[in-house]
Amino acid sequence: MPWQTQDFAATSGPTPVRESPLGLAVRRIMKKPSSRVAFFLLGVIVLVGLLAPLIAPYNPSAQPDIVLLKDLPPSFAHPFGTDPYSRDVLSRVIYGTRLSLTIGVLATIVSLTVGVAYGAVAGYVGGVLDAVMMRLLDAFLSIPRLLMLIGVLVAWPDFSVAALVVFLGLTGWFELSRIVRGQVLALKHAEFVTAARALGARRRRILWKHLLPNLVSQIVVAATIGVAQVIVLEAGLSYLGIGVPQPMASWGNIIWDGADQVGTLWWMALFPGLFMVLTVMTLNILAEALSDAHERR
Amino acid sequence: MLRYIAQRLIQAAVIVAIVAVITFVLIHIAPGDPFSAVMDNPNVSEAVRQTLRAQYGLDRPLPEQFVNYVNSLAHGELGWSFSHERSVREVLGSALPNTLLLMSVALVGSFALGILIALIQVARRGSVTDHTLSGITLFLFSMPDFWFAILSFLTFTYWLPIFPVGGVVDPTVHDYLSLGGRIADRLRHLVLPALTLTLLASASVARYQRAALLDVLPADYIRTARLKGLTERQILRRHALRNALLPIITLIGLSFPALLTGAFFVEKIFAWPGMGYAVVNAIGTRDYPLVVGGVIIGSILVTLGSLIADLLYALADPRLRSH
Repeated sequence: MPWQTQDFAATSGPTPVRESPLGLAVRRIMKKPSSRVAFFLLGVIVLVGLLAPLIAPYNPSAQPDIVLLKDLPPSFAHPFGTDPYSRDVLSRVIYGTRLSLTIGVLATIVSLTVGVAYGAVAGYVGGVLDAVMMRLLDAFLSIPRLLMLIGVLVAWPDFSVAALVVFLGLTGWFELSRIVRGQVLALKHAEFVTAARALGARRRRILWKHLLPNLVSQIVVAATIGVAQVIVLEAGLSYLGIGVPQPMASWGNIIWDGADQVGTLWWMALFPGLFMVLTVMTLNILAEALSDAHERR
Repeated sequence: MLRYIAQRLIQAAVIVAIVAVITFVLIHIAPGDPFSAVMDNPNVSEAVRQTLRAQYGLDRPLPEQFVNYVNSLAHGELGWSFSHERSVREVLGSALPNTLLLMSVALVGSFALGILIALIQVARRGSVTDHTLSGITLFLFSMPDFWFAILSFLTFTYWLPIFPVGGVVDPTVHDYLSLGGRIADRLRHLVLPALTLTLLASASVARYQRAALLDVLPADYIRTARLKGLTERQILRRHALRNALLPIITLIGLSFPALLTGAFFVEKIFAWPGMGYAVVNAIGTRDYPLVVGGVIIGSILVTLGSLIADLLYALADPRLRSH
């Protein structure tokens, strides 16, 4: 009877409870005060996004009085001021948090899926296919991501947020797939993989059960940086008027609303930007701590 | 060495060719064409659109369009810019020097500043100075280019009006100035956009270089230098920095995409008439050929940047030079 690989661990007696590498890394980085602060701040920002309808003082799209209530500087009634359409900027920033974070996470899921699949196939299959896939990747990497997105989005006369998410995701996997390919290539002939193969494990099983679990921490680091990058890109595109369509609010498109009169409507650039920088910074701190924890392992 | 250069040149050419194909695909997966997007005007009848499509060859079958596209690219033709009523090559050609000026000043400035910051940090590693500088570089690193540019624009042209509001020269007086006055006028306009881009780009240089220096410090030759009785400063400058500079050359190549996209936003905000300014304005006017031209030229710049960095690396590393 051929050995069943999944039974192998079970038959070798009681195994000690092992913590996953990721759990270990998370526990390790939480010892650093800077990561604890970053984690807390990120939690607050995520809560702001989740609870947007409860905490926003006004309807983000309501234009209560387009003559009397427009372009108001920050005050008690409108802590972040109002925009040229008399909308409350604080409420828009709160809803923008929700949208910008959602876009960041969803687009990153798209990138991870494509990037891991592409890298794993190239690394595992190797040969001519690998060479062709890598040259293609070189070309993708030499088109600056922002330019690629501008090129696609301008050609599309109307596009939805869903399409934006897909495009952001499809332009974000190049670096990750290179990392995954390198790791798969390095581990392909490791002893535990050879052992699994000798035990009759199929290709798919080897990839899923033996190779990918070893990449989890690198993928998590890439995902954290990925979310930060998407947030910045989405804001940049929205600032150019080809990102999130009006009247939806995202951090970038609030800044765009005030861009024509940035000298007078400074609050429209300042407050959403602060939220954006804080989010990106906490993500970068966590990514750095995670990758340090991974390297020290 | 020659063999390596030849290989690397061929590789770069292949990349540019694939970029051209990708761009063609990008254009054609989009619904509609330049004429459905450019002319939202209901007064333009379908017959006019058809005539225009025929004029630009957009009614031909895709393979034929592809051949025409490759053919004109090979001749350096990038199409016709609707909004400028000039060829895209002319528009981008006249804008490119301004972008290159901005990028090269920022490139040199950011590497000088970044390496300096890293040296200060490593000389006092673990100190308050080190942590503060790490915080500042992380803050700058996390800063979206366009937002930082808006802030620097607001601060130094509106709130503290030290610098001119934008452009490369003062359009009203520039032509009447003496030669020295003209140079001063240009410099005055260059300082703020260049400084903004420099600061943005220096963050990743500093972070990268600090890590590279810390990597080198445990090496045997550093211990030897320390045992020789060299001061910490001498060790850093003569031994650590020299060896940690090699990866910097790679970083030059890697920094091109970021520098280019940074330049796009800086140019838009400071009305700096470069390639980014042209392309960003073309978004507003839906001048599709100009946008695509910008994508292609931008990608060629990035490819050239990494090619030059790789060749420099081969020259600088004695282990590669001998090959």
